[in-house]
Amino acid sequence: MDFPILAVLAATLTIATPLVFGGLGALLGERTGVLNLGIEGTLYAGAFVGFLVASRTDSLAIATLAAVVAGALAGALMALLTVTLGVNQHVAGIGTTLLLVAACDFTNRLLFGGGERTVTVKFDRLFSGGGILAQYPMTFVAFLLLAPAVWWVLRSTGAGLRLTAVGENPEAADTAGISVARTRWTALVVGGALMALGGSFLTLSVLGTFTLDIVSGRGWICIALVIFGRWKVWPVVLGALLFGFFDALQLQLAITSAFGSVPNELLIALPYLVVIAALAIRGRGVRYPGSYLTPYRRA
Amino acid sequence: MTPADAARGGELSPPRGAPLVELRGITKRFGSLLANDAIDLSVDAGEVLALLGENGAGKSTLTRILYGLSRADAGEIRIAGQPVTVSSPADALAAGVGMVTQEFTLVGPMTVTENLMLAGSPLGRVDRKAARARVLAASERLGVPVDPDAVVERLSVGERQRVEILKALLGDCRVLVLDEPTAVLVPADVELLFASIRRLTAQGMAVVFISHKLHEVVDLADRIGILRRGRLVADLPAEGLDPAAIAALMVGATAAAEVEDEALATAVGLDVGLEGSGPEPTAPAPVADRSRPAALEIHGLTLAGDPRPRVDDVSLTVRAGEIVGVAGVSGNGQTELVALLCGTTPATAGTVHVGGSDVTRLDVAARLRAGLGRLTEDRRGSVVLGLSVEQNLVLEDLDRFRTGPFLSRRRVRAHAESLIERFDIRAAPADPIRSLSGGNMQKVLLARAIERDPTVLVASQPTRGLDVGACEYVYAQLRALREAGSGVLLVSEDLDELIGIADRIVVLSGGRLVGEVAPADATREALGVLMTGGPREPAA
Repeated sequence: MDFPILAVLAATLTIATPLVFGGLGALLGERTGVLNLGIEGTLYAGAFVGFLVASRTDSLAIATLAAVVAGALAGALMALLTVTLGVNQHVAGIGTTLLLVAACDFTNRLLFGGGERTVTVKFDRLFSGGGILAQYPMTFVAFLLLAPAVWWVLRSTGAGLRLTAVGENPEAADTAGISVARTRWTALVVGGALMALGGSFLTLSVLGTFTLDIVSGRGWICIALVIFGRWKVWPVVLGALLFGFFDALQLQLAITSAFGSVPNELLIALPYLVVIAALAIRGRGVRYPGSYLTPYRRA
Repeated sequence: MTPADAARGGELSPPRGAPLVELRGITKRFGSLLANDAIDLSVDAGEVLALLGENGAGKSTLTRILYGLSRADAGEIRIAGQPVTVSSPADALAAGVGMVTQEFTLVGPMTVTENLMLAGSPLGRVDRKAARARVLAASERLGVPVDPDAVVERLSVGERQRVEILKALLGDCRVLVLDEPTAVLVPADVELLFASIRRLTAQGMAVVFISHKLHEVVDLADRIGILRRGRLVADLPAEGLDPAAIAALMVGATAAAEVEDEALATAVGLDVGLEGSGPEPTAPAPVADRSRPAALEIHGLTLAGDPRPRVDDVSLTVRAGEIVGVAGVSGNGQTELVALLCGTTPATAGTVHVGGSDVTRLDVAARLRAGLGRLTEDRRGSVVLGLSVEQNLVLEDLDRFRTGPFLSRRRVRAHAESLIERFDIRAAPADPIRSLSGGNMQKVLLARAIERDPTVLVASQPTRGLDVGACEYVYAQLRALREAGSGVLLVSEDLDELIGIADRIVVLSGGRLVGEVAPADATREALGVLMTGGPREPAA
């Protein structure tokens, strides 16, 4: 059988791109001790706002910027609830996701009557015909710019030290003159912007349109990836690639005649099963950030 | 304007002869409690000031105000003559005040250098090499080597404390505040700490330290400030002071009218000849002879561990009417031994008998019913913080307070009221236990354990962190328990305490019992040799 391995690898990178944005966005928040379960809704909002603004302005730059702003606002909402008000992070996160998804669906129905529209502008692949390098610009941004940058910031800058200190021991950070609230707010706002960028990748780069199932659990996958990667940048990227590979594989298998008799639903489930298996193996006995899920109040 | 600016600005130089730190009229109220009442206190460069007082006397509040962790309601802080506003630790550090609190504020997974870089590091790229060099230089100043690349969570308590002190030194502090620095240290580390403090004061720093251990204070301090109920009741040079006199000032025993409670009055009475912080030695109780029945019998008790057993073949008998002390450097199996006895950890081998019946295979509740009382090392882990005093008091005996399937609130309340009266607990039955001071919480636990009339009481570090008055209270209760014919196994790191109260002292080292001494022959030195004479490497 002639198996198109290069096509699968190329698809792997494309599929992993929003997961890298979302995973690193979630990682930033979690390194400060805040689990952002608003991620699913933030990806959705990024996808929708990007699409909406692109369809109205025909400008990819403005659309991308709008998605970033939407994500930052979603992060700010999460920060307001969990950091400033000290609301339970699970409740705040799930609430944020429900709110954002519903708000986007509502707006979508108002403006587009529920029908699908494609946008006239859409990112093109660079290096088309370049094999696995024929990717959208945001893919290069994710792997070559964002991941190294986040890694460097966490490892070599004062900002990274602060993030880790706040996440591991907020009292220690506070006594060192680091504002726990400001650090967490910043991480959530920046993280939210990254998540929304990942969402906008789906509409502005891949599909060129917005569908109601466009995110389909990618946010939750990101949360799993962060645990799988034990809050470290490169393992999270690796996890995104792993998921991307199995997703690309099932897409390829679905159109491979030898697998015609396998139910499509089973194939679609494959990458998710892999994530569950990976978490079952690597997710046990992990050391969570010291202040994970805990609001900070001065004694 | 930051306090540092304030200190630099204004007049060009501090008035000559102004003390390095001056607190004027510091007042702080928590609700109806006056924690600090117009306190005036000063420290000169090169001086060690010891702050003494019972728990709740206001020492911690005062130092927290100085370090910006609390804000005073009224009063003024002057550094080198200049008034400064200290509303956060950052302000305090900028003004040259550093503090090591009782709870260390270090980030466990980070290295020593990273921890020390945290304060004042820029947002951008950080220079690890330079930071590492500064750590080494500061540890030079301290006179104790510190590995800058060690991960903090793998360091011992003493080493972590040094890291905390380094943190303050790197902040260019001129005044170092230490809140009960020796409470958590083994004797060898205490000596290193004192040497470091002397070194720092010789370099012109001022040191303020809080302690409960009177002999330390006399050793180290130049001046002593004594707080009682939020007021500064004495400010004296340390030279020639006698611990008994200090203790009397602390608890206010000279002014008998102020001590409303009789039990406390006897507990802290002046006749308690305080040599060190331990209780007065008593003659070995005549009741502790071999004919008395065994209250607690341990045979070959072992808890496996890697690379060697954590508790190794321990055999010991505590007879009725006897207090047996267990001495040892922390981490040599005491915690594990107590866990084995209480039934929270299953033994690898060996047996435990309470009052003649075998409890080896019983769970915690069944052991309690069999007559085992316990006072565990972690006080806050032995109460349910979210419950009230009365609820915690009946936690181990719910069956006795049931009417049908329901708890009888009336009987629970009556039970709590009688215990509060009998054990002089300073709280109302419905108060949340979380709001109690350490000494009061220990009273609740003592009441709960003693009220059940245990055959044997296993008490682990019962006076850790308590002030002189509360310690004496605990000793009085343990002695009363002995007179009533119970056995007591007292596990403690405080040698003065063991020498003062125990009928025999056994020494635990590397998980093994390495010796036994009668208190008449026991000296700190003799015990120290035994404590360190066993297998050398301390269990982590």
